[in-house]
Amino acid sequence: MNLELILFFILAVAAIVSAILMITRRNPVTSALYLVLNFFIIAVLYLLLRAQFIAIIQITVYAGAIMVLFLFVIMLLNLGEGKLLPWKLNSAKSIATLFAAALLAEVLYFVVNLKSPSTVSPAAENIGTVESIGKILFKSYLFPFEITSVLLLAAMVGAILLAKKKFE
Amino acid sequence: MIPLYYYIGLSAILFCIGVVGVLTLRNAIVIFMSIELMLNSVNLSLIAFSAYSGDPAGQILVFFVIAVAAAESAVGLAIIIALFRNRLTVNIDEVNVMKW
Repeated sequence: MNLELILFFILAVAAIVSAILMITRRNPVTSALYLVLNFFIIAVLYLLLRAQFIAIIQITVYAGAIMVLFLFVIMLLNLGEGKLLPWKLNSAKSIATLFAAALLAEVLYFVVNLKSPSTVSPAAENIGTVESIGKILFKSYLFPFEITSVLLLAAMVGAILLAKKKFE
Repeated sequence: MIPLYYYIGLSAILFCIGVVGVLTLRNAIVIFMSIELMLNSVNLSLIAFSAYSGDPAGQILVFFVIAVAAAESAVGLAIIIALFRNRLTVNIDEVNVMKW
């Protein structure tokens, strides 16, 4: 057992526990905060995989921007205490959980039988930096990058139009 | 020395927790959060493959996935606000206009 493996196991358990707590809390604000915790843990796992740039993007964009948007909407709709939906277990939900467990079993069966490398590739030390990601993004992937700006513009217009009081 | 399949296994577990959330929850916002959890678990497996094969394409793909997720959450939350304005609820059991 080396230090990296111990750290991985602690982070993995924390990620799974925070994800389970997220889907079992009744108050959506609590769920959102557990999801933020989960995003931070995944950012640390990205650092273990030598992806510094993506780890920072994960914290700023996901845990920062997107989750603040979620919390903002929860507060705007006033979904706090008083409007909590009661927990109800019915047969459809049990079957859904059963099928999800079957999906997990199938995926894990193939994952465990995978012939996989046991160490991070030596080349990975240099590909996760801002410099290397930027070079690739603006040379080989320039066109998709520009298309992303059109997508974000469309999403912005769509969000404003949908959240407006009335359709003109 | 962490084998690659540890990361893929963790990613699969997080994805299935997200699937359970989408299938069993009734609050539209928390269902939406479960979708974000599933997107994140896929990102984790992409980064793991990228790091273990030494190929930067996986990290570029994660960059685009995060950009698309930002656009998706903005539009999705706008839809939830419009839904709440019309029906005064985010409980998807009560929103059944399109249900057969």
